[in-house]
Amino acid sequence: MIALLLRDLKLAFRAGGGFGLGLAFFLIVTVLVPFSVGPQSSLLSTIAPGILWLGALLACLLSLDRLLALDWEDGSLDLLATAPLPLEAVVTIKALAHWLTTGLPLVLAAPFLGVLLNLPVPGFSWLVISLLIGTPAMSVIGTFGAALTVGLKRGGLLLSLLVLPLYVPTLIFGAEVARRGATEMETQTPLLMLAGITAATVALLPFASAAVLRINLR
Amino acid sequence: MSIAAKANALWEYANPRKFLATSERVLPFFWITSAICLVVGLVWGFFFTPDDYKQGSTVKIIYLHVPAALMAINCWLMMLATSLVWLVRRHHVSALAARAAAPIGIVMTLIALATGAIWGQPMWGTWWAWDPRLTSFLILFLFYLGYVALWEAIEDPDTAADLTSVLCMVGSVFALLSRYAVNFWNQGLHQGASVMRAAAVTGADTEEKVSNIYFYPLLLCIIGFVLLFIALVFYRTGTEIRARRIKALLARERVSG
Amino acid sequence: MIPDLGKYSDTVLSAYAASILLLVALVVFSVIRGRKVRAEMEKVEQRMSRHG
Repeated sequence: MIALLLRDLKLAFRAGGGFGLGLAFFLIVTVLVPFSVGPQSSLLSTIAPGILWLGALLACLLSLDRLLALDWEDGSLDLLATAPLPLEAVVTIKALAHWLTTGLPLVLAAPFLGVLLNLPVPGFSWLVISLLIGTPAMSVIGTFGAALTVGLKRGGLLLSLLVLPLYVPTLIFGAEVARRGATEMETQTPLLMLAGITAATVALLPFASAAVLRINLR
Repeated sequence: MSIAAKANALWEYANPRKFLATSERVLPFFWITSAICLVVGLVWGFFFTPDDYKQGSTVKIIYLHVPAALMAINCWLMMLATSLVWLVRRHHVSALAARAAAPIGIVMTLIALATGAIWGQPMWGTWWAWDPRLTSFLILFLFYLGYVALWEAIEDPDTAADLTSVLCMVGSVFALLSRYAVNFWNQGLHQGASVMRAAAVTGADTEEKVSNIYFYPLLLCIIGFVLLFIALVFYRTGTEIRARRIKALLARERVSG
Repeated sequence: MIPDLGKYSDTVLSAYAASILLLVALVVFSVIRGRKVRAEMEKVEQRMSRHG
């Protein structure tokens, strides 16, 4: 299992892997927002939590189609399916690798980009906490979407369309935590809901992803 | 060929046959009754009900908006049920029925959204508000689009049926989750939403407010929409079965050369 | 013929027009595709039975 994780991480860091792409996209979105909405710092600090969450989500979405595609093309997914490791564990490892290479860098970059958007000071810790809790759910849901579309030639657009509505609850609660944190409101309820969604998706969705992958490998 | 395989082949072949024969028999009944209910209900509602003291004549939009919204949700529930039947029993008609129903769901959602927007313009002063109900329907619309797109994208029909069934089940859970999330989110955004919700002529709020004058034609329209939905599902499932049979026949022709 | 709809007549009429248009389009497209598929199936079946 650890060997598989290490292999995935190594692949991601090599050229052609997904690492850096999401981060670059996140940076681009945050830098371009002030140009499009204007430089007023009051406006920017109001929308900063939402923009940062949206940017992280889109960056995540962008890197999804590489999640399983490389393994599908070179046939290593077929090998993994016949390996003693259950497919549920394989997809969980895949999601974990995706989170480590995409989700975690986004979480770490978010406070720096928050400075660019005049994020209010109390918002920083809440932004990092909400992203830290929310991004694993995005990776797991994304793995499900990638498993659904893995066999398709041009699955990228379809993947986004399928995953987008599935991201809505995570985005709502995650951005709500960040927004309430920034305006020093009570954050417990959305935080609990966000944690609940993440826990439930991490626990249950790998079974659906594995089932879907088995159908696709048939 | 083993007995089990033979029985299986029979199951695959005989049941679509039986379905086609049955639907051929009952379809005229559903087409005609749904047309009668819709025409009577809509004419009654449009010509012979008084204007509401507050909404004026826009109250007449209810006869389209509420039945369409109901069917948009019921259609998804039907797809969920048939998807489950397909996954458990491998009953081909079931998977094809889910496929046939999805575009109907899209149209119903569109009608609900369009009539809502047209009604909202003079009533709320805006085409669109991020009200929980409206937002949920928009998300439902996205789910329908993704579901249809997945069906269209996959070549092998059995794989497509399996994958869309799983998507339908996972999507249902997330749709429910979104409903609660959206409710929470809007209350969190602006507290004044209760003013709008009191005026909203959507869903459960209305059922209590609608008086008898409006209720009977509305009921007739709902029945008409249900019957129309059934007729369309039967008809479109028949089409899907035939399309599937053409595919199978052509494949056999190619093999035998 | 058309009852007095007051100042909201455009609203009501456009809502009815849009909905009925969508419903009719759905039925018409379903029937067109159904007819086409049915005719094609009969053609293919006939060809199959002739070739044995």
